[in-house]
Amino acid sequence: MSDRRRRIALLALLGVALAGAPAPSRAQTVDAAPPVAAAADPYAGLTSPHFEAIAAAVGRLGTEGAPQAQAVLRALSAHHLFVAEDGGLYVREGESWTDARTGAPVTSAPAGVRAVRENNRVRGALAQAMAGQALLAGDAAARRDAAARLADHPDPAMLPVVDRALATPHEAGLEAPLRRARAAMLLSPGAPATGEQAQSAAVRVLRDAGGLDARAVLARFAADETAPAEARQAAQSAIVTIDRRIRLWSLAQQVFYGLSLGSVLLLAAMGLAITFGVMGIINMAHGELVMLGAYTTYLTQKTLMAVAPGLAAFSLPLAVPAAFLVCGAAGMLIERGLIRFLYGRPLETLLATWGLSLVLQQAVRSLFGPTNVAVATPGWLAGSFQLGGLTVTLDRFAIMLFAGAVMGAVFLVLRRTALGLQMRAVTQNRRMAALMGIRTARVDALTFGLGSGVAGLAGVAVSQIDNVSPNLGQGYIIDSFLVVVFGGVGNLWGTLAAAMTLGVGGKALEPLVGAVSGKILLLVLVILFIQRHPRGMFPLRGRGVES
Amino acid sequence: MTGEFAFRGVVRTAAAVLVVAALLALGSLLPASNPLSVSPFVVTLAGKYLAYAMLALAVDLVWGFVGILTLGHAAFFALGGYAMGMYLVREIGARGVYGNPDLPDFMVFLSWKSLPWYWWGSDHVLVAAVLVLAVPGALAALFGWLAFRSRVGGVYLSIITQALTYALMLAFFQNGLGFGGNNGLTDFKDVLGFDLHQPGTRAGLLIISALVLAGAMLATRALVGGRFGRLLIAVRDAQSRTRFLGYRPDQVKLLVWVASALIAAVGGALYVLQVGIINPGEFAPANSIESVIWVAVGGRGTLSGAVIGAVLVNLGKTLFTAWLPELWLYGLGALFIATTLFLPQGLVGLGRHINRRRDEVTPEVTRPAGDAA
Repeated sequence: MSDRRRRIALLALLGVALAGAPAPSRAQTVDAAPPVAAAADPYAGLTSPHFEAIAAAVGRLGTEGAPQAQAVLRALSAHHLFVAEDGGLYVREGESWTDARTGAPVTSAPAGVRAVRENNRVRGALAQAMAGQALLAGDAAARRDAAARLADHPDPAMLPVVDRALATPHEAGLEAPLRRARAAMLLSPGAPATGEQAQSAAVRVLRDAGGLDARAVLARFAADETAPAEARQAAQSAIVTIDRRIRLWSLAQQVFYGLSLGSVLLLAAMGLAITFGVMGIINMAHGELVMLGAYTTYLTQKTLMAVAPGLAAFSLPLAVPAAFLVCGAAGMLIERGLIRFLYGRPLETLLATWGLSLVLQQAVRSLFGPTNVAVATPGWLAGSFQLGGLTVTLDRFAIMLFAGAVMGAVFLVLRRTALGLQMRAVTQNRRMAALMGIRTARVDALTFGLGSGVAGLAGVAVSQIDNVSPNLGQGYIIDSFLVVVFGGVGNLWGTLAAAMTLGVGGKALEPLVGAVSGKILLLVLVILFIQRHPRGMFPLRGRGVES
Repeated sequence: MTGEFAFRGVVRTAAAVLVVAALLALGSLLPASNPLSVSPFVVTLAGKYLAYAMLALAVDLVWGFVGILTLGHAAFFALGGYAMGMYLVREIGARGVYGNPDLPDFMVFLSWKSLPWYWWGSDHVLVAAVLVLAVPGALAALFGWLAFRSRVGGVYLSIITQALTYALMLAFFQNGLGFGGNNGLTDFKDVLGFDLHQPGTRAGLLIISALVLAGAMLATRALVGGRFGRLLIAVRDAQSRTRFLGYRPDQVKLLVWVASALIAAVGGALYVLQVGIINPGEFAPANSIESVIWVAVGGRGTLSGAVIGAVLVNLGKTLFTAWLPELWLYGLGALFIATTLFLPQGLVGLGRHINRRRDEVTPEVTRPAGDAA
């Protein structure tokens, strides 16, 4: 950028800043402005009792660059614009009044004032006019919003505004919405005659932009008998293109939702894949460990709020190790205190851990109350971003990444550490492992602790998308077991595949048969699948008579 | 070992059930001023316990004798209950809130024009009786046939039975299914012309429940007592070996499974008659698991233990939730843990242990190596 152009840009910015200053301060500076000639009074319409005249006047003000027009529009949107008996327009700022036409202060309150009339039509015109004003004189964000609004509600009357904005230097991000707005205006009824060439170009712009608003403009244009046939045909085919793209994106959106649901299932089931899949323990209190993880997140957040409110945004990264340790410790306690007496009796383990889950639920209910506790989503996880036509919510996206990371970590522990080797050795042949000098009891406790800790990690994630209440765990236990069994016991990849299959499958069925029926259908399908393949999708094959 | 002396306790327990039920029923017919009078509430409660005892008996049959830990038996119980509920709802006739002689209230509320086809004949008591048995029986037969044929067993079977009842719960919660959605079926008026709110009717229902329960106990005792019972134990403890000996464990399991579902279904029908409401909550997986703990507390594989466990645990629940509601879940949870850790044979086993009459205890569940599934 040359020096000269940079200076122009600076000047433009300065102008923007000045124009954006609040109205009252300017009212004093333009004290001495000459009164506007009555014949060309652009404000006359505002005094009219008819909504249409008011809306028309507002629309006209929107294309004016004059600072006073802006001030009037702002006053109107704040309901501070009044009409006096004599036809004068006044702006009320607290107790003081100014003449709307000139901006000059008025010493005595005007007589017989009534507010300028408003209805939805006036408000629509006002929003439009404010957008036009913002486009000419707002800051960067305001300009982007204004351009998007003008593109979504194309009004050919605003064409000069858009052209002026395009002609002045502007940031790169503004170009596309402005072009889109211009194209939409050119194709809207009432647009100035521009010829087929320009219209076809506009159709192309809208086709590439896509979206429902562009589609509506194109559909209206294609139905317009007076428009040139060729451009109309182009519009028709552009609609087909846009429709196809919208379908594809909505499919992609469903897949994203499905993967996101799958990640939650994966997180919830991964702990089970260790305790049930690797150790063969049916831990019905697994859901409650997830619940404990969510409550640990809550406590971490609360503590941090009390101790160091400035660090509250980092409570989640802190909650991750905290939940792992709390739930891991709880898991080891459960293993040493309860489960080790029941090895080799899987069905009794199931009953005992179910009892434990009831106790844990009731304990949390006694401590924290039966209602939901509020776990805040930190600012850096709120909101969403657009990926093409895909709306990616940050919290769901973060959970997908988190699930991947946890899965990777579990894999590393099982495959690359001495502890993982010992775990596999103990589960494959306990006696042999013991004879090799492995302390099997310790390995049992650690393995169960690992699975429980991973359940706690799931709790951290779940606290961001679900209600944190004592019943939280019950919602996950059946799904988690189904995921592990469906994927094939003792196989982490199977767990991953099953979680994603169930997640995407569930979301794919949802629009077809409804959310609940989709879930029922999925359950029935999984039950039938397990009947055909009792060992899941990826069974570990053995040569024993029972395997 | 199970021999010709086996399960004497069943006859004693059945007799006790009958005597207590008869006493309560008689007591409820006395005028309220009489010191021996029993309130209708207690009669209804006793009826509920007996219905639950049927469910426990059903669970004991499959868990205690063929080793299928079902976590979904409440599904059959609730289906039986719904079948009975349909009949009772139709009995209301034009006395409902909306006064529609053909449609139950909730259907009028949903502005349905006619009965769905599957309600056909539900106003006839014989059809209702057939439905009570046929629907859960058919579901159990289909599910069992699929599962046992492909040798789904152990924990896997437990988990899919749980998924089954969970899926049914979700389905029955939907209004569109035509069973009253969330509210289920309730507001019943009478059965076979007898007013359900009359003490006499309630006393009669309690006696009937006791008779049915006693009958079911004796029938299951006959089923598991003889040669067939030994085959069941063999299937439970060494399925592969039994198969190698030429038996068909899948068929044996299927037979017992369906019989058990039928017992549960009759229990559900009795439950609805006396409690007066059936809703999708009865399908909740937690209910099924609770019914397993009744059996565990009483004594798995003893039949009488199931009945004793169901009555005692539910009595405890009634008392606990009235006195110390917040402690009930602690109590129930502790019961699960303590029973599995310290009372593997349940109360009946404990009693026999004290009496040194071990001959009546079914052999302890031992798993030969390689039979872990």
